[in-house]
Amino acid sequence: MTFDLNFFGMLIGAIMASSVPLILAASGELITERSGVLNLGVEGMMIVGAISGFALMVLTDNLFLAVIGSMLSGLIISSIFGFLTQTLFTNHVASGLALTIFGIGISAMIGKNFVGIPGKDFPLLLVNLRESIPFVGPILFGHSIILYVAFALPFATNYFLKRTKLGLIVRAVGDSPVSASNQGINVTLVRYSCILYGGAMCGLAGAYLSLIYTPQWIENMTAGRGWIALALVVFATWSPLKVLVGAIIFGGVTIMQLHLQAIGLTIPVQLLSALPYIMTIIVLVVISRDSRKIKLNTPTSLGQIFYKEK
Amino acid sequence: MEVQLIKIEKRNDVSRSIFLLTPILAIFLTLFGGGIIFYALGFNPLEALKFFFITPISDLYGLSELLLKATPLCLIAIGLSFCFKSNNWNIGAEGQLIFGGIVGGGVALLFYNHDGFYVLPIIILSGAVGGMVFAMIPAILKTFFNTNEILVSLMLVYVAKLLLDYLVVGPWSNPEGFNFPETRQFSASARMPILFDGLRIHAGIFITLVTVFLSWLILYKTYLGFQIKVSGLSLKTANYAGYKGKIMIIIVFMISGACAGIAGVGEITGPIGQLHRNISPDYGFTAIIVAFLGRLNPVGIIFASLIVALTYLGAETAQIFLQIPKYTGQVFQGMILFFLLASDYLLFFKIKFLGLKKNDI
Repeated sequence: MTFDLNFFGMLIGAIMASSVPLILAASGELITERSGVLNLGVEGMMIVGAISGFALMVLTDNLFLAVIGSMLSGLIISSIFGFLTQTLFTNHVASGLALTIFGIGISAMIGKNFVGIPGKDFPLLLVNLRESIPFVGPILFGHSIILYVAFALPFATNYFLKRTKLGLIVRAVGDSPVSASNQGINVTLVRYSCILYGGAMCGLAGAYLSLIYTPQWIENMTAGRGWIALALVVFATWSPLKVLVGAIIFGGVTIMQLHLQAIGLTIPVQLLSALPYIMTIIVLVVISRDSRKIKLNTPTSLGQIFYKEK
Repeated sequence: MEVQLIKIEKRNDVSRSIFLLTPILAIFLTLFGGGIIFYALGFNPLEALKFFFITPISDLYGLSELLLKATPLCLIAIGLSFCFKSNNWNIGAEGQLIFGGIVGGGVALLFYNHDGFYVLPIIILSGAVGGMVFAMIPAILKTFFNTNEILVSLMLVYVAKLLLDYLVVGPWSNPEGFNFPETRQFSASARMPILFDGLRIHAGIFITLVTVFLSWLILYKTYLGFQIKVSGLSLKTANYAGYKGKIMIIIVFMISGACAGIAGVGEITGPIGQLHRNISPDYGFTAIIVAFLGRLNPVGIIFASLIVALTYLGAETAQIFLQIPKYTGQVFQGMILFFLLASDYLLFFKIKFLGLKKNDI
């Protein structure tokens, strides 16, 4: 096989594209979890974002509206989860699971009339540079604006959590809601905001799939990516920059499967696909057995119900 | 002066009647919510609900299908109730079902062309062991490495799915199957006996019923059941009382995994008759709803499994008559859980309507 630089550039570009929905959803979920809320509804919020974005694109013919609408719909559906867990103090695991199941169902119902409609070309930036510069071109250029946003997001999230007052508040609420509340912080409000933000990001991740990655509507098209995003947050030990690394690994595995098949390598593709999940379990074991490591970033109150006597 | 019309108070003890009534309230709210969604999509809500919940079970075949789908749901949910009662969040029953199916299916292929009454029991037993072993992974990691069992059990679902995919595409695929991703049809001795001619309901239902009875016995009549419940209410108390909390975690996961594994075997030796990619329409996940709706109570879970099984059937009927996607069933499943969780609020809080008093105005 000849060593083709441009081919490798294309390969890296493809890996980047496939990691975008993972980065977006995981970054959103990371903020939610850092505030102490475990929302297992990522898959559901993503799929609702995917159909809303696609439906709005078909109905309004306006891609900007479609993207904004997908984020809004992710936010709206996450508010169900927020209301249940924060106002009615329900169990996070069960509520999140209900959200995923409901989301998959309702998206299929809404999407009934949108099956088989072709998508629209999403504007890609600097396509001519992509063609003219070998190797670097296909990596850096010719992507949608959402890809650039996604790759900047972990850095922004990192800055937000570590360097801003609001970020400190989110972390405080996640680590010790009782002390945060005693400091006069409205824990419920902070957690609501983080849940809604997470919902919006998952909505955007879904829209990336239905508008850009595979521009069409297919039932259940998120195909487990929401669960991978959840795994990714743990894999990254709740650190935004590691989400980026993890997403590229997880996304890379998806792309590599296709190419390994083409080359005719004998490694079963299923083993490759299973690797990210097995790796996540190993990472979980490694961070969990060392109490210092897990204390570093893990929100201490994750998944616990906070009830303040009024 | 601020006038307070409604006062919300935390209850000191859980009301027994509300505990049993909220699932029924949740079901009614779900029907109502479903009607609204059907109306919004341009269907006559009453007619749509009729197609969903009455048409599917209006004949003998429908009733048999209902029991066929309730059988695995009930069995898995019973197993999960052991985990949930002791505060162990096993949400990977789907993976345990698939792994049990893989092991049971492997044994069935091994005994291909064997006749004998012993074949089916061996398959069922090996499926139970398969599910049990698979469920022990999150349990052991939790007890020895303090790992979060929610995430591990969930990750393992995908590992099991991919393993099944690998096996039916590769080494286990039917040699005369034209490369279809499926194994051979199991021989007759490896199939669950059919109860009635022309209906698909099989002997697996008896396994489920026996398991329900045994669970009731263990949970309510034995010391082990008492220990499980105490560990669920307070791990501190359990440790203080000298119960072995760690062994308890492994035991409940083993019970739960075995149930899911048997459910998997029931599917492949019952209606399916071979291994292929989709041996379960997410029974493992839906059973979590069943466990909640049944209030983690063996009798409650029987009723809950019938209701949730109906959403599967309803979705199939509605797909035919109303041309709506089969995923519609999940809308109802999600809503039931939403409303059930929401109405649990009434369990823990009292809402008092104070009304206006003269001196408030």
